[in-house]
Amino acid sequence: MSLVKLIEYLRNRLKTVVRLCWVALALLVVADILFVDKEHAHTAVEHWWGFWSLFGFVGCAALIIVSKWYGHAGIMQREDYYDE
Amino acid sequence: MNSFWLHPALILILGALVLPFLPGRVKRPFLLLVPVLVFARVLTLTHGSFGHVSFLGWDLVFGRVDRLSQVFGYIMSLMCILGNLYGLHVKDDRQHVAAWFYVAGSIGAIYAGDYLTLFLFWELMAFSSVFLIWARGREESLGAGFRYLLVHVAGGLSLLAGMVWHCNTVGSWEFSLTDVQHATPATYLIMIGFILNAAVPPLHAWLPDAYGEATFNGSVFMCAFTTKTAVYALCRGFAGMEILVPLGVIMALYGVVYAVLENDCRRLLAYHIISQVGYMVAGVGLGTQMAVNGACAHAFAHILYKGLLFMGCGAVLHMTGESKFTELGGLWRKMPWTFVFTLIGGLSISAFPLFSGFVSKSMIVAAGFEEHKLWVGFLLMLASVGTFLHTGLKVPYFIWFGKNQPKREVWERAAEPPWNMNAAMALASVLCIFIGCYTPYLYKMLPYPEVAAEYHPYTAYHVSETLQILLFTAVGFFLLLKKLVPEPVISLDCDWFYRMGGRAFLTFARKPVQAVDTFVGELYRLGGLIPLMLTARLAGLFDNYIIDGAVDGFARSVRRLGQRLRGVQRGQVQENLVFAFGVAAALIVAFLILANW
Repeated sequence: MSLVKLIEYLRNRLKTVVRLCWVALALLVVADILFVDKEHAHTAVEHWWGFWSLFGFVGCAALIIVSKWYGHAGIMQREDYYDE
Repeated sequence: MNSFWLHPALILILGALVLPFLPGRVKRPFLLLVPVLVFARVLTLTHGSFGHVSFLGWDLVFGRVDRLSQVFGYIMSLMCILGNLYGLHVKDDRQHVAAWFYVAGSIGAIYAGDYLTLFLFWELMAFSSVFLIWARGREESLGAGFRYLLVHVAGGLSLLAGMVWHCNTVGSWEFSLTDVQHATPATYLIMIGFILNAAVPPLHAWLPDAYGEATFNGSVFMCAFTTKTAVYALCRGFAGMEILVPLGVIMALYGVVYAVLENDCRRLLAYHIISQVGYMVAGVGLGTQMAVNGACAHAFAHILYKGLLFMGCGAVLHMTGESKFTELGGLWRKMPWTFVFTLIGGLSISAFPLFSGFVSKSMIVAAGFEEHKLWVGFLLMLASVGTFLHTGLKVPYFIWFGKNQPKREVWERAAEPPWNMNAAMALASVLCIFIGCYTPYLYKMLPYPEVAAEYHPYTAYHVSETLQILLFTAVGFFLLLKKLVPEPVISLDCDWFYRMGGRAFLTFARKPVQAVDTFVGELYRLGGLIPLMLTARLAGLFDNYIIDGAVDGFARSVRRLGQRLRGVQRGQVQENLVFAFGVAAALIVAFLILANW
């Protein structure tokens, strides 16, 4: 099946794929700084360079860390917790 | 009305009553034909008020057709087609019948013009969908079904109490926008009934409990109808209710936090329903035309992409028998197309440009910013970070890739699902992309089309903002991958209170109450039973010799009747429910037919 072959092809070149992704991310931030009209932004912080990139990254890390802390504070229990 | 007005829900109910008696060959086409007819009927509805019936001096309205009810009616009946296509190969008739009654309940509630009719269909939804949980047949499903029923009956009672109170003050059963500025206790009771179905914390725990336990295609139906009917009811009755804004934002984040901890892929998706419905609830609370448009648009898009996601994970469950991340991994070799479809669902829910969520979710966020509620905008943005983190990344990664190697038998069972499941997923995927690419299709259906026409999601700023948020979330995901590896645990949620509370009640019933009962029983035995037995023995002698011969024939027939009756009353709640349910269904059909003449 061709779809499996495509995924296999990409997996065999994982390093290149990852490098391309980093390049794409960098281009995205650069394009945002150079070309995007920020006239309609609602707040001042949105005018910072790469604000939404930072928001995405920090938000993601914060969500993971806070949720895991919350889970390990007693919310996560063995799977047979409710069994009698 | 003098002419017959065919209610779309009636087609489904009649179909459900006929289905079990059809021969095998006809069943499959019939399973597709009925939902298609319902969809066609919804398309041909004209605006207005139909199906009036006088009941005990009240005017009941079965068919209120306007822009708001039409957008929901459209997507519900469309989803019914997809759901039936997906479960076409399921041999168990009970599931199809239950699903049709369930959809009929939802569609009936949407077109209901008064509280009584709304309540009738509202309860039909709860009592029919529970069979989609029980049909799974596991020991856990039985408990989950009862908990589901318990919670929904409680919510229904709150709704009923509020309705009666409201009708008493206002003097009419009409279901319309309540006076949200001067909310009365009755309004709050009705709202509690609605937000329980919308799964607003702390009234939400039924949702992951039930949707994680239902059958693989039962969940596809359930994820679409209950919560979105509640969103419709909130749009209709509570647009502009301030308290819904913070509740919606809390919901959006609450679901995301629990999704981090979740090990079962369908429960994870269930927590993301809570999160996504949070956007809609917040939109209803904002109450501006743009926000209500956003809530409706998001409900529309949500039904499709969430259905698609549940189809993808349901296919994995159906083929491998597993839904836990810790038991799955590396399935890309075996189920590549299921992966692609699920990924499309994931990109849609995450609001990637060109996918459906992008054109609907942003409307609510923009409405928040426009109302100068900055915290609403930013917190909803944070929730969309979490959405992509889980549904766009965690689900596909840990099922189809990841380092985990599933057990041998799981691996051997894994394969692409039957054609009809693939077809349903492909159709849903196409719709998700179509909505994302061609905005007028959805925007023209919204309650305020002129406001929607002025909204343009594809501005350079919005696209750049979204791409940055989502792609840098992906960076965070891969950098913190080790922390995200699923653990074989369950997370305690608000259902703890009634699960443990129920257990405490049982213990109480067993120990002190049982002791009192035994004591009273003993008194009864000494004081009453022993003398009674003596008399009985004497009477028995008399009976044996004299009356027996005459009565024997009569006794035999009584025993036969008794055996028949015992089936009905041997305490099997499910059997009683089916029985009661059948009677209720017959009544509804009679009602609908009478109502529409």
